[in-house]
Amino acid sequence: MSILGKLRGTFGAVAEVAGGDRAADRVVPPTGFTATLTTFTAGAMAFLAVFALALSLATGRLAERWASELAQTSTVRISAPIEEIEAQTLAAQEVLRTTPGVMRSRIMSEEEQMLLLEPWFGPDLPLEDLPIPRLIEVVEDETGYDAAGLRLRLAGEAPGAFLDDHTRWRRPLVDAAKRLRGLGWIAIALIALSTAAMITLAARAALAANAQVIRVTRLVGARDVYIARAFVRRFTIRAMFGAAVGTIAGSIAIALLPSAADEGAFLTGLGFQGWDWLWPLTIPPLAALVAFWATRSAALRTLNEVK
Amino acid sequence: MIELENVAYSYGGGDLLTDISLRLQAGSFHFLTGPSGAGKSTFLKLCYMELAASKGLVQVFGQDVAVLGRDKIAIARRRIGVVHQECQFLDHLSVEENIALPLTVSGRDVYAERQNLADLIGWVGLTNQRNQLPPELSGGERQRAALARAVIMGPDVILADEPTGNVDWEMSQRLMSLLIELNKMGKSVLVATHDLNLIRTTKAQVSARVLRIKDQRLQLAGADL
Repeated sequence: MSILGKLRGTFGAVAEVAGGDRAADRVVPPTGFTATLTTFTAGAMAFLAVFALALSLATGRLAERWASELAQTSTVRISAPIEEIEAQTLAAQEVLRTTPGVMRSRIMSEEEQMLLLEPWFGPDLPLEDLPIPRLIEVVEDETGYDAAGLRLRLAGEAPGAFLDDHTRWRRPLVDAAKRLRGLGWIAIALIALSTAAMITLAARAALAANAQVIRVTRLVGARDVYIARAFVRRFTIRAMFGAAVGTIAGSIAIALLPSAADEGAFLTGLGFQGWDWLWPLTIPPLAALVAFWATRSAALRTLNEVK
Repeated sequence: MIELENVAYSYGGGDLLTDISLRLQAGSFHFLTGPSGAGKSTFLKLCYMELAASKGLVQVFGQDVAVLGRDKIAIARRRIGVVHQECQFLDHLSVEENIALPLTVSGRDVYAERQNLADLIGWVGLTNQRNQLPPELSGGERQRAALARAVIMGPDVILADEPTGNVDWEMSQRLMSLLIELNKMGKSVLVATHDLNLIRTTKAQVSARVLRIKDQRLQLAGADL
């Protein structure tokens, strides 16, 4: 059968399941632990999937922000004897002013440097008594500057000036954020596979518990797809319901996370922003699709084994 | 309709049935007799394709069962009504739903056929029990419900395995009269039973052939019945 034919078959089967057949639904007894197990599993997995999704989207945003923010700024540090530091700072400023690709440069004030050091040394830092290097913030334009050329010029005009273009620590941060985003998607894939595995087990248990249903329906002329459909529809609906509850609970939990603050760093940014809130809506139908596929293949395989 | 040619069936290394040949023709009435364990139920299972023959040819409605896929077997079974000794119902469905089960599984609209269903339930005398669950029925009522389920699709062949095994004489007579009525409507009927009195009584009302399984083989029973 061609791929198109298979797809058509799958969509046809999904449509049949969605359409429903009340009489067929009644053929399989409604009770049993598999019902609770399926609903609970789908709910728990959907709850986790919401968090994995939030993690993935948040780290994606973080990676983009870090990459764009850091890519356009760099710092020149002046480490020179106290009597030379002012002259070297001015010389470095002049070099930066005449460097193509540098949009602007600015000597950071003592207050700004104090704020940077405060987390490590406390608020009452006597900056004037410490050999703190001077910092110049450099903002590049869209074309950027030639870092190697700038370093050479700084070495000639201001020997104590050192250019830090952030690439050394920018790359690992952005890489880490991207990797975290990848892990989020892997977590979602693992959640989907675990859901499929658990629903498969539950479906097989349900089929084994309903051997009499299979025997009797076959006796009166039921085709395997009919018997499978009776189970598939039930499991798909249970999984969708459980996933909807889990998704709502997960979304509420995400919404109740503390809002982002300056000191919040990464964790307070975990969540959905704007249109991102639509992503969790995809979880219940996807859970239903996973349940449909898992139950259908388990049912048809089991029915094939039962002679 | 159903034809067996030199069929054998082996189970657990030993032959249960050997060299069986039979042709069930439209409108025929057959009894199949023999002691318990002789292979009567196995013979019926070969006829409705629950078991596959170890040797020989089984043809159902002109199709070789050995090469039929599962779906085609299911569809062929819709033309065969089966009454088991144990009846085999779905205990969570009402009597009416159980009787309508062949319609349900074949995708027919049960609501559209509700009048036929009601007539059939009346014909087997279960109108008052239609909403009960199978475990609430007596042995005779269960057998009549099984018979109603077997004929709801208007099958060409009816196979009954010890249909009177769990019921009293009066109920046996009633069930047999229903089967005779169906036969007169043109259905082929094959009844497996070890009750020789029942066979003798029924033979007085309908032209029936009596077959016997003896020493794993199928024989035509003679005047010794």
